[in-house]
Amino acid sequence: MSNKYLLEIGVEELPARLINGALAQLKENTEKMLKNERIEYTNTETYATPRRLVLIIRGLSDKQSTLKERVKGPAKRIAYDDKDNPTKALQGFMRGQGISIEQIFIDEHNGEEYVYGNVIKEGKDTFTVLSNNMADIIKSIVFPKSMKWGGKNIRFARPIRWIVSILNDRVLPFEFEGIEVGNLTKGHRFLGSNRIVINSVEEYFSKLEDNFVLVDQNKRWEIIKYGSERLAKEKGGNLLIDEDLLDEVTNIVEYPTPIIGRIEKEYLSLPEDVIITPMKEHLRFFPIVNDKGKLLPYFITVRNGNKEYIEMVVKGNEKVLEARLEDAKFFYHEDIKQPLEDYVEQLKNIVFQEKLGTLYDKTIRIQKLSKKIGDYLEVGEETQRNMERAAYLSKADLVTKMVDEFTELQGRMGMEYAKQAGENEIVSTAIYEQYLPRFAGDELPTTTAGSILSIADKLDTIAGSFAIGIQPTGSQDPYGLRRQALGIINIILDKRLNLALGELIDSALYIYVEELGLVFDYSSIKKEIVDFFNGRIKNMFIDMGIRYDIIDGVISTGIDNIYDLKVRADKLNQYLEEDRLTEVLFTFNRVINLAEKTTSTEVKRDLFVEDAEVELYEAFNDIEEKVLSCLDKKEYDKALELFIGLKEPVDNFFDHVMVMVDDEDLRGNRLNLLGKISETMLLICDLSKLVK
Amino acid sequence: MYFQDLMLKLLEFWGSKGCIILEPYDVEKGAGTMSPHTFLKALGPEPWRVVYVEPSRRPADARYGENPHRVYQHHQLQVILKPSPEDIQDIYLDSLKAIGIDPLKHDIRFVEDNWEAPTLGAWGLGWEVWLDGMEITQFTYFQQVGSINCHLESAELTYGLERIAMYLQDVDEIFHIKWNEDITYGDIFKKPEYEHSVYSFEKANIETLKNLFNIYEEEAKNVIEEGLVLPSYDYVLKCSHTFNVLDARGAISVTERTHYISRVRNLAKLVASEYIEQREKLGYPLIKEGM
Repeated sequence: MSNKYLLEIGVEELPARLINGALAQLKENTEKMLKNERIEYTNTETYATPRRLVLIIRGLSDKQSTLKERVKGPAKRIAYDDKDNPTKALQGFMRGQGISIEQIFIDEHNGEEYVYGNVIKEGKDTFTVLSNNMADIIKSIVFPKSMKWGGKNIRFARPIRWIVSILNDRVLPFEFEGIEVGNLTKGHRFLGSNRIVINSVEEYFSKLEDNFVLVDQNKRWEIIKYGSERLAKEKGGNLLIDEDLLDEVTNIVEYPTPIIGRIEKEYLSLPEDVIITPMKEHLRFFPIVNDKGKLLPYFITVRNGNKEYIEMVVKGNEKVLEARLEDAKFFYHEDIKQPLEDYVEQLKNIVFQEKLGTLYDKTIRIQKLSKKIGDYLEVGEETQRNMERAAYLSKADLVTKMVDEFTELQGRMGMEYAKQAGENEIVSTAIYEQYLPRFAGDELPTTTAGSILSIADKLDTIAGSFAIGIQPTGSQDPYGLRRQALGIINIILDKRLNLALGELIDSALYIYVEELGLVFDYSSIKKEIVDFFNGRIKNMFIDMGIRYDIIDGVISTGIDNIYDLKVRADKLNQYLEEDRLTEVLFTFNRVINLAEKTTSTEVKRDLFVEDAEVELYEAFNDIEEKVLSCLDKKEYDKALELFIGLKEPVDNFFDHVMVMVDDEDLRGNRLNLLGKISETMLLICDLSKLVK
Repeated sequence: MYFQDLMLKLLEFWGSKGCIILEPYDVEKGAGTMSPHTFLKALGPEPWRVVYVEPSRRPADARYGENPHRVYQHHQLQVILKPSPEDIQDIYLDSLKAIGIDPLKHDIRFVEDNWEAPTLGAWGLGWEVWLDGMEITQFTYFQQVGSINCHLESAELTYGLERIAMYLQDVDEIFHIKWNEDITYGDIFKKPEYEHSVYSFEKANIETLKNLFNIYEEEAKNVIEEGLVLPSYDYVLKCSHTFNVLDARGAISVTERTHYISRVRNLAKLVASEYIEQREKLGYPLIKEGM
């Protein structure tokens, strides 16, 4: 049980972002194969550098576990001749399975007796099994985009150039499209040897380290992080850590050496985003900031190599950054030659979506829609004014030189240029905040104007896309509509906005009709969008730990105020966790079922005959007002508690009162009473959706 | 190293690796890839190795000769190796040594880059090669050309000669590159840069160019029906360049843009298909013993 296996897939530089996914598949596929092949092992480990994907299996058993199988043979009636000797059929079966007459027994199958054999299969040795499987394991790794090379019949993210395959201290060969499989690997491209012999799994890591390759990504990660932090400290600053960038850099070097370079002071007068974006996005540099978070005139980059000739590498990197910043400076000064509002006209030349008009059209729609939302929320006049202005300027930065070059600066440049042009703080901030949140867990707008603008921008895109038939399907969501819907929901919850979703969608769709004369099936599109939002709401609430049936229950009330739904669902969820509802569900399901037959809501006291119905009527009258006042105060748990207090009179009612009597008046009156109760319940939550 | 020596060194290096050394192709184009020595030869199962310098015109990058890094026309040194040899990356790095770049003294990286040329219906996977953070070469394994899957994948190396020269000569501005001892890049190209900028951004007659595009397109279609691959392809290149000028001139809206691109792509596809068919009929003459 102490065998070790090493697989190294030697490749030309793999894209960093694909490495973790490839390792996960390598691990999963290997473990699945070992299980299928009945080979025991203690654990599997995976490692990677840009030039190699590595798998190590430890504690492998010597061979497959023995398999005891019961194999069905011929029917008994044809297995023996009249002298009870095995026929040709049975002999053939035994020969085929490699068993003797002693391992045979009879059992019934579908009413007929059959011969069965107890077959014991000795396991094949691990060496053979791995030889047979490793090629398929490599081929089973899939990438979002893969390539062919050299006329070979395989696809991979980049060409595979060598493979190391060793069991303990022995090469474990397999055929792989003419690529050498053996014990030869390569060190660092420039510092290491191009031909390293690996004699055993043990020596793999140390031999590569001698050749300037740190195979273990965690080691590289630590060297980069702590080394960079130390360099930053020496300059009295802190590393502006970005975990994604750190992970990426870890996977683009084999032997990391963090180095520090200077930024020419003249560039520091540019807005910080303008400096940081080319540094991070284009050059994978880490910025350094002081204690107050202000950018210092240094950057850190990570060399793939050692400290030799480091001054030359630093100088080269400084020059490249300078060229980028020179570009940025040029764009910035060109852009601010005219105020931001002068760019708005140019939006008329840029198509937002072929059927949904230009970016200028979108600007006007956002302006109208945010005004509507402002009206619903009864924001003050000043906020309305700011919002209108911010909406008008919202897309202007998209035609500036800077955003044309660095698209990721959209919104940020809008804010910057708005300030430059003398727009007030709220307007400038709202322009930036319209794009928030950009991804799950991103920051949310802080201002009311920014929140509303962000909702309006996203809702306009969603409504327009649905209206022209571009809805997300399955894994396809090219316009990121799901993300945008989640963004809207998150803003609403965060800011506790009381907005009726249905009315919002109405407004958004109506603006398309009014402005663009867009033609579509209004009611069915609206329903699709409502369902789409409800789907998002459901997923989101489930992620927050709310029971799915409660979510169904609250959505089913027809309430479309998202914030209210959340409060309701939360309270009911807490209430239900205490498990007080299960025994009453049956009772109220009966109420709901009968309530469907209700014809009016008028209940006449003098038509009651039985005591039980009078009692129920009084009990209901007693709580109705209180429930409504709880709902007003959003005390949904209290409302539910009060309502559930009706269980006893309801049970009593069903025990003693026959509802479906022949007398129409009596029957109607009783149904109407149940109808009223059901209606009040629906103000809280549709209890019929709950499951025990 | 002077600019002309840089070109000569690289031509010589790749010549010694079995590439035929060709001259630039004489129709305007935006990149070395568009030369028929790459575009057509990348198709089909025939092996091919070539190196040439290609002056490449990008009207939208014109800057009146005032920007230190961007120009209307730059020089690409283009290498095609089909099929790609197994040690192609090592050979490439040797070519850098040949022009005096010692990898031990720098940080050379292969950074992911998925190359795509929508007008040619071409894409491939590969890298930008970085020298201390600066992109000096585009390295691509072609997967599709002329919207047709590559039978035998080529490796394409495109050196940005100006950038490399600026680095080697330690100058901050493209126009300060020394072509030889006496003549600078600016001496030769500063005025043409200005004139082409004025033309591309201000003076190009939009109507005329739109008409020319239509005429070239028509001619490309007519000629390919006669089975004349190269004459037809010349007009595809003309279309492509005319479109680039119109685009720089700001005469093409976003929707029109997609439409123009797909028109050029369709022409490129027609030519590519005809080429493949003809090579097959000829029995793939470039497949020779020992190659």
